[in-house]
Amino acid sequence: MVLAAKKDSGTSRTDLPQGPVFQNKKLKAFKENAPFLIMIFPAVLVVFLFNYLPIYGVLIAFQDFMPGDKILSDTTIWVGFDNFKRFFSDPQFWPLMKNTFLICIYGFIIGFPLPILVSLMLNSLKGKKTAKFLQTIFTAPHFISLVVLVGMLTLFFGRYGLVNNLVASGGGERYSYFLETGAFRPLYILSSNWQDFGWSAVIYIAALSNVDPQQHEAAILDGATRFQRVIHVDLPAIMPMISVMLIMSIGGLMGVGYEKALLMQTDGNLAVSELVSTYVYKRGLTGVPDQAYATAIGLFNSIINVVLLIIANTTSKKFSENSLW
Amino acid sequence: MKKRKNALRDTLGDKIFYIINGFFLLLLALIILYPLYFIIIASISDPDAVLGGEVVLYPVRVTLEGFQKIMERSDVWRGYLNTIIYTALTVVLALAVTVPAGWALSRKTLPGKKLFMIYFIIPMFFGGGLIPFYNVMSSLGLINTMWAVILPAILSVWNLFMTKTFFESSIPNGLIEAAKIDGAGQFRIFTSVVIPLSKAVIAVMALYYAVGQWNSYFNAMIFLQDESKYPLQLVLKEILIASESTVGGSGETILQQFRMANLLKYVSVIVSSLPVLCLYPFVQKYFAQGVMIGSLKE
Repeated sequence: MVLAAKKDSGTSRTDLPQGPVFQNKKLKAFKENAPFLIMIFPAVLVVFLFNYLPIYGVLIAFQDFMPGDKILSDTTIWVGFDNFKRFFSDPQFWPLMKNTFLICIYGFIIGFPLPILVSLMLNSLKGKKTAKFLQTIFTAPHFISLVVLVGMLTLFFGRYGLVNNLVASGGGERYSYFLETGAFRPLYILSSNWQDFGWSAVIYIAALSNVDPQQHEAAILDGATRFQRVIHVDLPAIMPMISVMLIMSIGGLMGVGYEKALLMQTDGNLAVSELVSTYVYKRGLTGVPDQAYATAIGLFNSIINVVLLIIANTTSKKFSENSLW
Repeated sequence: MKKRKNALRDTLGDKIFYIINGFFLLLLALIILYPLYFIIIASISDPDAVLGGEVVLYPVRVTLEGFQKIMERSDVWRGYLNTIIYTALTVVLALAVTVPAGWALSRKTLPGKKLFMIYFIIPMFFGGGLIPFYNVMSSLGLINTMWAVILPAILSVWNLFMTKTFFESSIPNGLIEAAKIDGAGQFRIFTSVVIPLSKAVIAVMALYYAVGQWNSYFNAMIFLQDESKYPLQLVLKEILIASESTVGGSGETILQQFRMANLLKYVSVIVSSLPVLCLYPFVQKYFAQGVMIGSLKE
């Protein structure tokens, strides 16, 4: 407290008129607001431990690091960008990039417009109660865990799942979707959309509920059909939200996580299901771990994401008024 | 007035629009509901009927064999208990961290507010990645303890900002000023004025954190070694997914082996999702509310 108060008087010296009375006032204001610092402290600590310490830990990407080594010590061996160069010449490099990009871009092409479409459709329903009810149904799968979701996928598309059971009872051959490279991406993307389109639609629905009804009435008087009103009243109303979501999606174009892909991986589909994130997990935490290498790959990937986000945001700023910052 | 009434009546084109719109929404609802419905009817049907493709629209030869079998699985129930403990602790700690911090961040008079904002925004877009995170947990001595699952989950920066936005838009300033004039300090104001007015956001946050912890498996997978500490999702992973890659070969023995395993899968999906899906209709308005609180700022 005393230390903080000292700091405070230090800042007042530079930019504000001095004087004992004024300093007392500032001190009083600080004393009054100091409890906020105590309230925010636990959150600061948690973020420091679990977000900032790992950021400091990426230094090992530039080292010859063995598990158990200190991140900075006299014996630290710095290797510059060697781990990155190794990744670029890894035979897995291009397949990983391609797999990661394709699953993201296909996911984006289907997953981005779908919630917008659904929110517009729900908003156009005449019965508001029906719309609420449908929305409840649509958002429900969001709360199913990934383990259960992938488990359900195997129950429907596994060798002994519903689809195969029907095929087999009709005299056909069982087909192992999970062991085929061709089925991984469709299963991954369609199940993700099944789970989350309703949830993603909620923020558009919220934005649509703020549309002034008078706008609709005016359009009706002008003879607009319901469909025209969707295009010319509803859609423009959610355009700013769409831009923001678009920027965020572009920032995530290489950012697919490992949680779901790991659950869906089999020896059979590894050629398409190995993503940058799952590769990082495997190289860094399983088998004979090569932590420095895995960290370098992860860092490379998150830098790509940050760069994509910045490009998307700058572009959006240039051509419209919408941006994240 | 008459003209207005005419204008409000649907034209033929509008009627077609409503019908097509309704049709597709109904179709979507079916696509969502059928898989869930199928899991339920398959879980109470004879496994042979399921494997034979007889179970499509209604249960065939109803049996509760699967539910009896899962009652005997001690690992499932231990996982259930672990998950309940982890979830309860996560929610309590998360609220204790998130709500006061959200309130502080929402105050203009918070000393160093700008710096704190930047401090919390950076992790939204950049992180150290999996391996450094693992090493931090390891050097904190959290490996193979339940705290490895709980502590990283007690603060989501998204939730923090959602809480902040709620406080900014929903707590009348006059009330705070009045309490100040009455001589209440900041802590007193927070506990006696702010908290009672914030039940909605506290409920939303509790639900977000609870569902997040209930459904997570990855941190438990990499940090926990003793099976006795496994949460439900990790046990489920063994039941639901681990066996898929061993599928191979042919013949009756494998079919027989999978008869029970398959039934157990349907049942375990239901048993594990039941608490969340039962609660869901009652709390979904709060969930949606939460998203709206968050989107206000955008």
